[in-house]
Amino acid sequence: MPDPALAPQFLRTRRGRALIYQALALCALVAAGWFLWHNTAENLAARQIRSGFGFLRQPAGFDIGETLFAYSSRDTYLRAFAIGVANTLRVALLGIVLTTVLGMLVGIGRLSRNLLARGLCTSYVEVMRNIPLIIQLFAWYLVITELLPAATEPLRIGPYVFLSKSGLQFPFPDLSGGWSLAVPEVGAFGITGGAAATPEFLSLLIGLTTFTAAYIAEIVRSGVLAVPRGQTEAAGALGLSRALTLRLVLLPQALRVIVPPLTSQYLNLTKNSSLAVAIGYPDVVSIANTTINQNGQALECVLMIMTVYLAINLVTAIAMGWYNRRVALVER
Amino acid sequence: MRASRPILVPLVAATTLALGLAPPVFAGKTLDAVKARGEVICGVNTSGPGFSATDSKGRWQGLDVDMCRAVAAAVLGSGEKVKFVPLNSQQRFASLQAGEIDILSRNTTWTLTRDASLGIVFAGINYYDGQGFMVPKKLNIDSAKKLNGATVCVQAGTTSEKNVADYFLANNMKYKSVVFDTAEAIQSAFFAGRCQVYTTDMSDLAGARTQTSKPDDYMILPDVISKEPLGPAVRRGDDDWFEITRWTLNAMLEAEEAGLTQANVDKMKAESKDPAIQRLLGVSEDTGKLLGLDKEWAYRIVKQVGNYGESFENNMGPKSALGLPRGVNKLWNRGGLMYSPPVR
Repeated sequence: MPDPALAPQFLRTRRGRALIYQALALCALVAAGWFLWHNTAENLAARQIRSGFGFLRQPAGFDIGETLFAYSSRDTYLRAFAIGVANTLRVALLGIVLTTVLGMLVGIGRLSRNLLARGLCTSYVEVMRNIPLIIQLFAWYLVITELLPAATEPLRIGPYVFLSKSGLQFPFPDLSGGWSLAVPEVGAFGITGGAAATPEFLSLLIGLTTFTAAYIAEIVRSGVLAVPRGQTEAAGALGLSRALTLRLVLLPQALRVIVPPLTSQYLNLTKNSSLAVAIGYPDVVSIANTTINQNGQALECVLMIMTVYLAINLVTAIAMGWYNRRVALVER
Repeated sequence: MRASRPILVPLVAATTLALGLAPPVFAGKTLDAVKARGEVICGVNTSGPGFSATDSKGRWQGLDVDMCRAVAAAVLGSGEKVKFVPLNSQQRFASLQAGEIDILSRNTTWTLTRDASLGIVFAGINYYDGQGFMVPKKLNIDSAKKLNGATVCVQAGTTSEKNVADYFLANNMKYKSVVFDTAEAIQSAFFAGRCQVYTTDMSDLAGARTQTSKPDDYMILPDVISKEPLGPAVRRGDDDWFEITRWTLNAMLEAEEAGLTQANVDKMKAESKDPAIQRLLGVSEDTGKLLGLDKEWAYRIVKQVGNYGESFENNMGPKSALGLPRGVNKLWNRGGLMYSPPVR
C-alpha cells in the first residue's frame, strides 16, 4: 500500500485525475493532427505538387455565368470564391424562406379534415421524400430547359419580363451608379440587360425547396400532433374555430418541438445546395472544382469549401438556437 | 460511485500509434507494380468518341485506348491486359497523382501548369488539336468574332474554359458561361438549346455532333482559337515508366514511317533487310532491354494495335463515324507535325 503522503494530493482527487487525462488526450490529439499535416506536406513536396494559399492572389482566368457583383476573368481566385459564396448564400437563404412556407402549408394540409387536401399533401410528402435529390434536380432542369422557348423568341410576361431557356429576365435597378433601371432587351443571341434568374438557379431553388419542404411538412405535423389533445378540446370549448385554434393555441406550443429538427433541415438545405455543380449553377463547390482542375491544389480548395459551409451552418444554427430559446416552454 | 474507466486516453493513444506506424505513401515503381498486377490501369474519358468510348458491345475503342493497349502489349505481352477507368475532367489528375491509375490517356492538353505543378509529366503528343466553337446553323453565324453576347456551354476545369475567357477578353466581346462538370450534361444542355455555343477541342465537337439525332442542324465554326496538344501523362518521379510510355508512342510513329502495318509486320519481321526495321522489330538489336522490356516490344505493339496511322484511321479517320481529316496529325515527311525521335 503506497504511502499516501507520497502521492500528490492533486492526483488523488477525481477532478485532478480527470484534468490530467484530458490534458494527455489533448496532447495526443494535437500530435495526431500535427502528424497528419506534416505527412501531407511532405508527400505533396515529394510529388512536386504545389501547395499553399498563394494561388488566391493570381488571376482566375475563367468566367462565371452568374455574379452578384462585378467580376471578370482577370480578377483573382479569391474574388471568384467570393462570387461562389455569394451564389451559395443566395440560393440557401431564398431556399430556406420558401421551403419553410411550403413545408408549413403542406404539413398543416396533412392534418386537414378535407380528404382532397389531405390526400394531395400526403402523396406530395411520400413522393418527394423518397426520390434522391440529385435526380429531382436533373428532372427540374430538363423540364425547364426543354419546355421553355429559345432565348431568341421568349415568352413575354408584361412589357419587360421575359421567360425563355435563359431563364426569367426582369428589370433591375442599375447598381453601377445613377438611378436608372437596367431593362432586358431581345437581341441576336437572346436577351441582354436586366437581372436574370437562370434555369440553373431556378431548378436548384425549386428542387431544394420542394425536397426539403417534404421533410419540414412531417416535422410540422409531428409538432402539432405533439400538443396534448386537451388543448384542442379546451379551445373548442371556448368556441374557437379550427383555424383560430391552430394559429393561437396549437402552433405556438408546437414550435418548441418543431424548431430543433427544423434547424437540421435548414442546414441540410444549405449543404444540399452543393449539388449545384451537377446542373451548372456556379456555387462555391463548382468554382472550387474549376480551380482545383486548373491548378491542382485540391487540399487547399476543399479546406476552403469546408470552412465556408461550416461558417454558414454555424451562423444558421446559432440564429435558430436563439429563436429556440425564445419559443421554449418555461417550466415552473 | 467509482470513477468511470478512462477510455478516451487509451483510444487516442492507440490511434496515434497506428497512424505513426503507417508508412508514408510514395509513388513507387510503376513498372514493377504493373508486372506484379498483370494489367495496366488506364484512365480514360467517360465518353470521348474517337479517343475513348465503349462501343455497343461494351468494348473500349479509341486513339487513347489504343495507346494504353500498346503499352500493355509492350510491357505485359498482350494488349488485352488493360483495365479502363472512366474519369471526368475533375477526377483525372487526382486519380493519377494518387496512384489509382498508371497512365492518363484521356485527350488531355499538355500545358505548363499541368506539367510543372501537378506532380505529373506528359509523355508525348498523340493528337494535335485546337479549340473551336459549335453553333446551331439557324443562327447564321460564320465566324467566331460574331459571338458577342452569346451563352456558351463549357466543361468545368478544362483548358477550354480558360481559353474562351481569354479569347472573348482579347476581342472585347462579352459572353455568359454555363459550366457543367460532365460532357454528357453539357451536350444535353447544348442540344436542348440552353446555350447557343458549345466550345471544346475540335475533335470533341466532331464527336459530340455524332451523338445528336440531327447532326446537320449544327455547324463547327472554322476558327481555331488555341493550341491543344493532347497526349498521355504519367506520374512524375518514375522515369522508367515515363520512358516506356514515351517510346511506345514513338514506336507507333516509327512503324508508320517505316511502312509497317498490322497486316505486313510478320512478313517484314521474317524477310526485311532494312536495318531500321530489323532494329525496331528486335531482329538485329535488343532495344527493349534498355527500357526494361524484351526485344519484341515494338513488334507486339504493331502486331496487336497497329501503327499510328492505322490507329487514327480506325478511330477517327474519314471512313469512321467522326470523319476527321488527318490534317496536322500526318507524319512530318508528309506535311504534318508527327515526328518521332529514331528508335536506335
